[in-house]
Amino acid sequence: MASSILRFRKLCFVEPVKWSSSLGSESCQKQKNEEKQTYDAFKEQEKENPKGKRQKKQPKEWRCMDNCCRTIGYICTTWWLLLFLVNCLPANLPGLSVPEPPGARLKREGLTALHPVVLVPGIVTGGLELWEGKPCSEGLFRKRLWGGSFTEIFKRPLCWLEHLSLDNETGLDPPGIRVRAVPGLVAADYFAPGYFVWAILIENLAKIGYESKNMYMAAYDWRLSFQNTEVRDQALSRLKSKIELMYLTNGRRKVVVVPHSMGVIYFLHFLKWVETPTPMGGGGGPDWCNKHIKAVMNIGPAFLGVPKTVGNLLSAESKDVALVRAMAPVLLDSKTLGLQTLEHAMRVCRTWDSVVSLLPKGGDAIWGNLDWSPEEGHICDSFKERRTQSSSVDKKGNYTDDRGVIHLKEASKYGRIISFGKEASEVPSSHLSTLASKVGLHNTANISCGKVWTEYDEMSPESISKVVEKKAYTATTLADLLRLVAPKMMQRAEAHFSHGIAENLDDPKYNHYKYWSNPLETKLPNAPDMEIYCLYGAGIPTERSYVYKLSHSDKCKSIPFQIDTSADGSGINGCLKGGVYFVDGDETVPVLSAGFMCAKGWRGKTRFNPSGIATYIREYRHKPPMSLLEGRGLESGAHVDIMGNVALIEDVLRVAAGANGADLGGDRIYSDIMKISERVNIRL
Amino acid sequence: MSFLRRRKPSEKQHVAPSSEQKLEEEEKEHHSRKNEAKNKEAKKKWSCVDNCCWFVGFICSLWWILTFLYNAMPASFPQYVTEAITGPLPDPPGVKLQKEGLKAKHPVVFVPGIVTGGLELWEGHQCAEGLFRKRLWGGTFGEVYKRPLCWVEHMSLDNETGLDPAGIRVRPVHGLVAADYFVPGYFVWAVLIANLARIGYEEKTMYMAAYDWRLSFQNNEVRDQTLSRIKSNIELMVATNGGKKAVVIPHSMGVIYFLHFMKWVEAPAPMGGGGGPDWCAKHIKAVMNIGGPFLGVPKAVAGLFSAEARDIAMAKAIAPGALDKDIFHIQTLQYLMKMTRTWDSTMSMIPKGGDTIWGSLDWSPEEGYIPSKKRKQRSNSTEVSGDSGTESKSRNVKYGRMISFGKDVAEAPSSEIKRIDFRDAIKGKNVANNTCRDVWTEYHDMGFGGIKAVAEYKAYTAGEIVDLLHFVAPKMMARGDKHFSYGIADDLDDPKYNHYKYWSNPLETKLPNAPEMEIYSMYGVGIPTERAYVYRETPSSDCYIPFEIDTSADEDDEDKCLKNGVYTVDGDETVPALSAGFMCAKAWRGKTRFNPSGIKTFVREYDHAPPSNLLLEGRGTQSGAHVDIMGNFALMEDIIRVAAGATGEDLGGDRVYSDIFKWSEKINLKL
Repeated sequence: MASSILRFRKLCFVEPVKWSSSLGSESCQKQKNEEKQTYDAFKEQEKENPKGKRQKKQPKEWRCMDNCCRTIGYICTTWWLLLFLVNCLPANLPGLSVPEPPGARLKREGLTALHPVVLVPGIVTGGLELWEGKPCSEGLFRKRLWGGSFTEIFKRPLCWLEHLSLDNETGLDPPGIRVRAVPGLVAADYFAPGYFVWAILIENLAKIGYESKNMYMAAYDWRLSFQNTEVRDQALSRLKSKIELMYLTNGRRKVVVVPHSMGVIYFLHFLKWVETPTPMGGGGGPDWCNKHIKAVMNIGPAFLGVPKTVGNLLSAESKDVALVRAMAPVLLDSKTLGLQTLEHAMRVCRTWDSVVSLLPKGGDAIWGNLDWSPEEGHICDSFKERRTQSSSVDKKGNYTDDRGVIHLKEASKYGRIISFGKEASEVPSSHLSTLASKVGLHNTANISCGKVWTEYDEMSPESISKVVEKKAYTATTLADLLRLVAPKMMQRAEAHFSHGIAENLDDPKYNHYKYWSNPLETKLPNAPDMEIYCLYGAGIPTERSYVYKLSHSDKCKSIPFQIDTSADGSGINGCLKGGVYFVDGDETVPVLSAGFMCAKGWRGKTRFNPSGIATYIREYRHKPPMSLLEGRGLESGAHVDIMGNVALIEDVLRVAAGANGADLGGDRIYSDIMKISERVNIRL
Repeated sequence: MSFLRRRKPSEKQHVAPSSEQKLEEEEKEHHSRKNEAKNKEAKKKWSCVDNCCWFVGFICSLWWILTFLYNAMPASFPQYVTEAITGPLPDPPGVKLQKEGLKAKHPVVFVPGIVTGGLELWEGHQCAEGLFRKRLWGGTFGEVYKRPLCWVEHMSLDNETGLDPAGIRVRPVHGLVAADYFVPGYFVWAVLIANLARIGYEEKTMYMAAYDWRLSFQNNEVRDQTLSRIKSNIELMVATNGGKKAVVIPHSMGVIYFLHFMKWVEAPAPMGGGGGPDWCAKHIKAVMNIGGPFLGVPKAVAGLFSAEARDIAMAKAIAPGALDKDIFHIQTLQYLMKMTRTWDSTMSMIPKGGDTIWGSLDWSPEEGYIPSKKRKQRSNSTEVSGDSGTESKSRNVKYGRMISFGKDVAEAPSSEIKRIDFRDAIKGKNVANNTCRDVWTEYHDMGFGGIKAVAEYKAYTAGEIVDLLHFVAPKMMARGDKHFSYGIADDLDDPKYNHYKYWSNPLETKLPNAPEMEIYSMYGVGIPTERAYVYRETPSSDCYIPFEIDTSADEDDEDKCLKNGVYTVDGDETVPALSAGFMCAKAWRGKTRFNPSGIKTFVREYDHAPPSNLLLEGRGTQSGAHVDIMGNFALMEDIIRVAAGATGEDLGGDRVYSDIFKWSEKINLKL
């Protein structure tokens, strides 16, 4: 500060002196002696020519500082000019005509708001704001910690992490910290400025007459387990009361519910909760759903879990993180920068119970065992292309053929959700045990470790090596793995979630709330008039299983496993890329998880769907945006971007305006979901 | 880019003097060229553009440095400075009471007043493109400057129905954000919310009952089902908070809106909410009215009559051009009037109770009022109380004449005023010619005859003002009559009072049957508040509003109750103490016909003290002004205590600074 002031003074004072040197004095040193004289001369000059005062101040030489200032000045001025021009621009340039939004088109068709709409956001996309914090968070009262611009991460990262963590034991607020969900439509219309989540859908709904009296965003704290949102915030009671209110004030029209991602199982939980009598549930009675809900339109539903979660819980990484690590190993490495970003992220994530709700459900019966998986025979996009190019007729015929499965002898073993080493992911199960573990283990010193606490610190190297020796884990054994590496987290979470398949749904134990969010352990409500839609994107490679390796960092507090990004499939195994096996899906949720319940588990009258609620599958094939102007694409199938998909919006609007599934045209399928579901063999 | 290009030629022709301004210098440079070849070349480059850019760049960098420093500064820095200057600040009430051990107990409902709630666009005309779900009202008001006409169009309601115009849907913002800040940095509820949060309140125990404050109260239910929403939310909060009753905190117009709600919720279903006669007793612990205009606000009259209040009249007097059509062709006031006259809610604040409450031509309850400054001096010096200071001139101020034409009329005894009844006057020909067509106000239908007649009547009391407004704006008042009433009920059991238009008038409704409920009247005093106006005809009225406040009417007397054409009394700058306090001080005190179940009432006044230190204290922690009072520490403490379970007695009962009890006594109303 002081130096800059000094510089400024120099600038203003020395410059006239220098200018006076141009009057004819020879050298600078002399000038300094004659400073007074020259200054007088300068003054004289000023009298002669008072109008050009600024001109006279011009220094003779380009000084670095001046240059900088001038450049900045140029940039600023140009920037302002451009900004001004942009603001002056008419909202619609004739050249950039945006295609008409579906809402406007449907309005012309005569659609108007009929059924009230409830939006249920998913994990991560909802905003969280601070209500009470530690001293380090001063000034953030009612400011968003999650969502918005995330500036606090950079300003005070540790403080931020502390406030977003939940209590390790209870899964509720840590003492002295209250972080709450932002309520209202603003909760999840935009995740970060410019990154829409629900905004486009809301805008289109508004076009046909929706407004805040018949549209409600059921925001909840997505870090908590579902039952805890009721315990702490009464979020479920609130949702019930809002639905009842909207039902009454809109002429007793039933509600259309539109959950997204994790919101889907959250709402599943709600459906059971509302029927259950009061101490544990909402006491709405067995016909509440039939009376109040017209349709549940699940967008990108994670019914049976998301494999991505496994990677997340095990090593706090998924495809994107692993890629970054592979490209710039220094960046995320704890040794170099001492930042331990991943460790911090993992520590925080593991306090969030809700993450556990997304673990794959249904075990081997759904996700496949060591040797078998419902998706086997899936042909990955890149691979498909290569094949069609090289050898055309015969093989192409094969893979479109139903029995194309047989053709691919060495299909990817998706059932092994985690395998240690590429080899372990490929060899037949009988050979698994013969694979020798090549990785030597490091002794971790426990004394010097800092504050970052993950449960890995309590694991002995022996148990880590035991983990690795098992080589491959399926959906069922995965739970054991997680229990081993994170016993406390799993203990906490398993009080709230269950991941199995029910043998007998009438068993009274299934009245407990921990089963409510698992579609394989609950019955749908008794609401024959209701409709359930599964709306999801397809055509994007989606993480399905991982190849892991031991992390080579011997520093303590580091995560001992990481995705083996060097494992790349070649030839027939084109689905393996950067240590991750891909299947069809919406980039986050595989079609199996999103579509199975609607395609098979609930189709017709089954034991999971005793009242025969009609189900519809609506898939939206992913098409990348044509041009940059389109933003995130009007026909995207990606997990979040699908909320801007024109076809999906149209479907939602039509249903909200009174149409039913048959009016929409029933199922609309692009993927192999029917085939995949057929292969899944569970009792219905 | 163009700047860069311009630089090059000047480099090439550096031998010749490039610009006239630099002529002399350039020549002198020629001499020194041999010595410092480098220098001269550089010097030539400094053109005017360069200089400007240098300057801009310098400012920018400085700005950035300062912003950076500001951001790097610890958040508690201003506090250190404050404490260094003024000594340690008192704890904000939330912190103080948290230390006392108070905890969130009763759920809290906020009811914002007129103007302070945000409104956002849900559907608009072509010109409002891109404003979907952006705030039209509240926030930065950026659109007012960008597209003023479009903005006025969207903010107006339909002239006939008082509901949305075709193709436009402007809706209230929901949630606490609706009225926490009115514009960035100008808090309304934010400080109170922050202090409540200290003792444990959060979103689930606080509810902002936002509504469209432009609509009449019943229309809010018709269009948005806002009243049903409040009912459902209170029920939900009471249920989820273990049956603890709600504390309701309405502010300004929200006070009478909530009065309307309490009647609505009891009334049976088609017209009301069907909550049954004991709904309020079951769900509401206390209603803590902040600055409540129970009996209306004289300001509203001026607003409706000539779209001006003291502030605008002053602006007009100081810079007569700025608001004048002739110079800028803007007709700001006319637009303003046209817009506000479509808002039914403004009519809810026309003074109620007529002459009985507000005074007649010769009498008014506040007569003898001496401005507080004077009062203090007097009590210091002569020990003569305000009551016995009969010799004071201020005693003669005739507040009852709410509008008088000319200062002499305002002061003359009633026998000397010749009044010609305006009610049957023929309105005469339409003044408006084609040029005024774009801005339509009902004045254009009045004609010269009508305007003359209005001015001839000379002086209007509160009762006559309703007639006056009927005369000058028949359509607006016809709309308003369906929703509001301004009289005093003779017999409250008359079945006609079941109609919703009486629900927001405390003098025409009974309070609900809820003996355990408490009603607080909390308001600021000690600020001169508009009470009566001196009007004149606008000299050049073509398509102009024909009346304006006579800003030249000033009192020479030191008391200065009359200033710039406005008579002021004690109040909170907007609501006179009479309107805010009378119901709780007298009409509802004990068991009266307006309060059959004997609900306890408390008057809590907060004497205004301007912020001692402008920079650091902001809008003051002891302010009594209508909106700024929401940051008053004493008021917040009262609210928090009640929310945490205290009763009115625990707070210390009444707390009175003004003469409200004396004035109330003078009002002769059957109770």
